[in-house]
Amino acid sequence: MFRQRFSGLALIRRGLTGHRDWQPHWRKAAPLASYDAVIVGGGGHGLGAAYYLAREHGLTRVAVVEKGWIGGGNTGRNTTIIRSNYLFPQSAALYDHAVKMWGELSQVLNYNVMFSPRGVMMLAHTVHDVQVFKRHVHANRCAGVDNEWLEPEQAKAFCPPLNIGSDIRYPVLGAALQRRGGTARHDAVAWGYARAADALGVDIIENCEVTGIRRDSAGAVEALETSRGLIRTRKVGVSAAGNTSVVMAMAGVRLPLESYPLQALVSEPVKPVFPCVVMSNTIHAYISQSDKGELVIGAGTDAYTSYTQRGALHVNTHTLDAICELFPDFRRLRMLRNWGGIVDVTPDRSPIIAKTPVPGLYVNCGWGTGGFKATPGSAHLFAWTIARDEPHPINAPFNIERFRDGHLIDEAAAAAVAH
Amino acid sequence: MLLIPCPHCGPRPELEFSYGGEAHIARPRQPAELDDAAWANFLYTRRNTKGAHAERWRHARGCGRFFNVLRDTTSDKILTSYPVGAPRPDPRAADSAAPESAR
Repeated sequence: MFRQRFSGLALIRRGLTGHRDWQPHWRKAAPLASYDAVIVGGGGHGLGAAYYLAREHGLTRVAVVEKGWIGGGNTGRNTTIIRSNYLFPQSAALYDHAVKMWGELSQVLNYNVMFSPRGVMMLAHTVHDVQVFKRHVHANRCAGVDNEWLEPEQAKAFCPPLNIGSDIRYPVLGAALQRRGGTARHDAVAWGYARAADALGVDIIENCEVTGIRRDSAGAVEALETSRGLIRTRKVGVSAAGNTSVVMAMAGVRLPLESYPLQALVSEPVKPVFPCVVMSNTIHAYISQSDKGELVIGAGTDAYTSYTQRGALHVNTHTLDAICELFPDFRRLRMLRNWGGIVDVTPDRSPIIAKTPVPGLYVNCGWGTGGFKATPGSAHLFAWTIARDEPHPINAPFNIERFRDGHLIDEAAAAAVAH
Repeated sequence: MLLIPCPHCGPRPELEFSYGGEAHIARPRQPAELDDAAWANFLYTRRNTKGAHAERWRHARGCGRFFNVLRDTTSDKILTSYPVGAPRPDPRAADSAAPESAR
């Protein structure tokens, strides 16, 4: 299937010959006149959906069209946190579907996505936090998802740099720990899915912007107009994150989405100092250490909608205030880079993976500030929905009609903050 | 950080304001007469405009008043601000009509 299979032996063999005969991971495809299905958006979710369409549903004439380069949007801009300890059973099932797939993803794709289940610890700073997190722990146990409550001393033992002193503005009153949570290498996820999809015959078409969606007399999708010509197809899966509203408007579909800038930043690289992922929703700090040694820090969203892929500096300094208080050792670290991505947020902070009112048009959106963790599961379920023209039982609740019918999956209210 | 031209107080840093979302969404006069789809549309569906976006801001740590802003969401440039109740300005005309402080 792969032209070159990656293995330790292959690495040694090519190491002895100067690494000269490695091949590109995927072809530079030009669009054909027609496909069985086209995915709009070459991030992890879209590339993964194309891969599962080819591998599990036997669709071989599949294309991914991406207006920039693959993995250049939110897949390359997030802080790579993976966890599944959500409150509601629908969410826990959705995110845990992904966590289970993360564990074997490197083997399945023959590509090291560097999944590292090092544990995700969410800090509680107020009595309200403590009550909410304990409720999460109990709900997760009922749903078969691991999540445990730690007292401050136990949290400190799990993450030694943590300041659990009582003299800080928001003292640590405890933490919820999901040991199966962790991080993965975000670029590798995009590249691994792209390479595996390409090996199954999927065309990955970069620098190809969708400019229109053509529909037949019955209203069904019949073609995509793109900057690289007309592509005929009866099935279109839109997986365009912050630009979903723009693409869906081409088919006359309006969604309950708003796009906000979300920022992240990294420090200068240092030796291993941070053993896990720590999140504090209450005071907006998300931190882990990459294998390169940089501290990867997530900040909050800006207050206003925007498509600029940047945000205001005061949002970052707000997060660094919290980091410096929780981890005083890091006060003298210098920050190397900061950037923004555009996240599409739904009113209940749960995603939409669903059919749309337009026949042949499917959408996977609304992942807001936390889509990376769901990449394999989301892609798998989206492919199922596209191929069978009906949702998988796991993503059936994540439809568009829930906003009309009042069946919200209100993780926004459950977390009381961005998550 | 945005420098937001409050029509009442002049240009002030974004930190003094709170964002109020898309402007010109009128609450239905008879909500009970709406069907579920129309009510959901009022509550949740937004234009999410890529380009000139009319939005509400409140000068929460200043005069406390609501007003509207026309902002280009592809550049975050504020095109103009105008009082609540006034019609949405034409974005092409708004740039030259903006108060000096907003340019």
